[in-house]
Amino acid sequence: MGLLSWFRPAAPRHGIHADDHKADTCGLAIRRLPFAPRLIVPLAQHVGAPSRPIVRIGQEVLRGECIAEAGGHVSVAQHAPASGTVEAIELRQMARGDVGQAIVIRVNQADSQQAIGLPQDLAGLSREELLALIQQSGMVGLGGAAFPTHVKLDIKPETPIDTLLVNGCECEPYLTCDHRVMLEYSEHLLQGIDLALRITGAGKAIIGIEDNKPDAIAKLQGLIPAASPIQVRAVPSFYPQGAEKVLLRTLLGREVPSGGLMSQVGATMQNVGTLAAIGRLLPRGESLIERVVTVAGPGVERPGNYIIPIGTPVGFVLEQVGFHGKTTELVLGGPMMGQSLANLEAPIGKGSSGLLVMDEAAIQQEQRKSYPCIKCGECVRACPLHLNPKELGLLAAKREYALMAERFHLNDCFECGCCTLVCPSAIPLVQHFRIAKAVNRERAA
Amino acid sequence: MSQSHKKPLIELRSSPHLRPQLRQTPSVDSIMRNVVLALLPICAFAVYRFGISALALILTVLAACLLTEALFNKLGKRPGSLNDYSAVITALLLALTLPPGFPLWMGAVAGFIAIALGKAMFGGLGYNLFNPALVGRAFAQAAFPGAITSWTPAGVEGRFVEFIPSTLTLPFTKPPEVADWVNQVAVDGFSGATPLALQKFAGEMTAAGELFTGMVAGSLGETSALLILLCGLYLIARRMMDWRIPVGILGSAALVGGLFYLIDPTQYPDPIFILFSGGLMLGAMFMASDMVASPVTPLGVWVYAILIGVLTVMIRLFAGLPEGVMYAILLGNAAAPLIEQLTQPRAYGHKRSKQRKEQA
Ligand code: SF4
Ligand code: SF4
Repeated sequence: MGLLSWFRPAAPRHGIHADDHKADTCGLAIRRLPFAPRLIVPLAQHVGAPSRPIVRIGQEVLRGECIAEAGGHVSVAQHAPASGTVEAIELRQMARGDVGQAIVIRVNQADSQQAIGLPQDLAGLSREELLALIQQSGMVGLGGAAFPTHVKLDIKPETPIDTLLVNGCECEPYLTCDHRVMLEYSEHLLQGIDLALRITGAGKAIIGIEDNKPDAIAKLQGLIPAASPIQVRAVPSFYPQGAEKVLLRTLLGREVPSGGLMSQVGATMQNVGTLAAIGRLLPRGESLIERVVTVAGPGVERPGNYIIPIGTPVGFVLEQVGFHGKTTELVLGGPMMGQSLANLEAPIGKGSSGLLVMDEAAIQQEQRKSYPCIKCGECVRACPLHLNPKELGLLAAKREYALMAERFHLNDCFECGCCTLVCPSAIPLVQHFRIAKAVNRERAA
Repeated sequence: MSQSHKKPLIELRSSPHLRPQLRQTPSVDSIMRNVVLALLPICAFAVYRFGISALALILTVLAACLLTEALFNKLGKRPGSLNDYSAVITALLLALTLPPGFPLWMGAVAGFIAIALGKAMFGGLGYNLFNPALVGRAFAQAAFPGAITSWTPAGVEGRFVEFIPSTLTLPFTKPPEVADWVNQVAVDGFSGATPLALQKFAGEMTAAGELFTGMVAGSLGETSALLILLCGLYLIARRMMDWRIPVGILGSAALVGGLFYLIDPTQYPDPIFILFSGGLMLGAMFMASDMVASPVTPLGVWVYAILIGVLTVMIRLFAGLPEGVMYAILLGNAAAPLIEQLTQPRAYGHKRSKQRKEQA
């Protein structure tokens, strides 16, 4: 690095350039992990109502068999990620350290583990039928939000949209699962986009991919015929380019109205992983029972992208990939917005895009001393939504939580963490904002 | 999993889990350290030009500032803030705005005021409204009007062995007149006036070359524009200083100055002279760019810088004060919160007019 590291690289106008740490895994083909002895399928691994179990304890289930039905409109079905026996339906520790109902399946390792599913012809199906199929397949946003896909795709004819945006940015450092999916499941992705275009009635689709993934851009461009309504667009690489609001602005120059929905401005967005899963599973009549997860970080011995059955305990994944004893932090998701794991028994869920193992060196790299805000404005320049984290931070220090929401748009903050990362005073800004939001929610209730 | 009983195997944190990279986000102390580093050559040059008097003055002000900071830390029961270097910056900047023969005890008083009134009173680092060094300097200007305008020539022979007579004045006594001493040591024709005063009150221009290299009379650090420029560029290159502030100030000052020069070249100085004389360069590079007292919004920074540039020229040309930059920056500091409020960027997903209404 030498002299180069001495000068700071220019920051993007809004957002940050962090070292992306993607080189470890982005060149490795997706591999499969074996089945853990027990799988823990949480009933609430999506946004919305928990699913309702439809199996009994002791019942034999086949891989791909429905084991819980949707608990409402904003909810999806769950399926057995492996053949085996339902051992329990009980409270289990989840990633955050909270507990939730889960179906525990003891895997029958002797079984062939052939996923069940009846290939179906989708050509004649109506919009509603397709949406019902998607809900039944247990599909949720695989980018991390885990919002039921059928709800998001259900664009009402009264408020039509013109564009389907496909998010292939993957701006979080370390994560490369979307990158690999774009390379290895390109055809499925394009089929998924075709289906989503049919369902939403959008006239065209734009795949936004950060320009640090030229191979993915070239691969998809090569597959798309000239007259297709699908186009690929390279977008500048920075964090959080892949945040919905930011990518919408980058691709279409539109903004989601504060407190509103993207469909109000004529667009909707899906993650590449989700659409690739739809394009692969729907025609085969299969369901979402596994996903691609990036397992990486300085503490991992064999980092890479792995197909992991839903419900695999984190501890089992770590045993398979090998990890150093110096491990100090486990993160589910990306390093910027992911969840610190409290427990090795917590299962990989549908929304888990990454499992990061941080070791002591990465954590203690610099334990910074916190100073008062020196009004340097770094956070203001870094906020992708043009909020004023500096003012928000000063108000938070005085516990003026209501004022933060009224005057400085606290509720628009989507907690990307850019402001915290760039603050030279090491003020935990986004952490303050989370507390402020929680307090405001409580007061409102 | 059994080996660590003292420490938990895994720690819980809220995101972001990425540690900041020093390269992209220097910490407060590293920023401050670098500002000090950038100021050191300017101080060294001042010592080279003015000799031990300058060295003694810089050290005295430094000691006064650090002691005051320590005192207020103790009074306010704040954790030590000496290691963040911000008091050092204040001290160096303040010393650089003083004339070389400034009595040491007055320097100590100015240093005390800078930290006490300029910073500690507001609540310490980060809370001050004005640049503390300028508060100290403005105080000195009001309290010691004679001493702060007693200029002595640069490059006097024997400057490294002999103090300027006024330097060692006993506390609370009036410093001796330096005129006689100046006459003894001075190269012929030295009037004890700075280039700015010469221009303003005698209509005499100092050659740009001399201004550039600093071999003229003036305060410790105001006089080598070239060196200040280089040191400022160091900070800008390391992205530890907002380049818009010096560019905005110097640009607008040159523009407005140039306009007047075009109107009447006999009465007004040319823009080169405006840029390189007096404290403008030091002020624009190191004082106006004080992060704490300048706005944070990108547009606000421009407004702030241009305001200071224009004010500097106006004060210089139309008020009885040749040293306009100090007041211009203080006014700019005072206006900064308002400027910032009026230049809030439009938040994502909000309409501008609606936001304005909300703020009102
Ligand atoms: S966490 Fe919120 S305030 Fe901070 S940069 Fe992200 S959106 Fe802006
Ligand atoms: S980055 Fe930190 S120190 Fe700088 S203005 Fe924001 S909160 Fe203040």
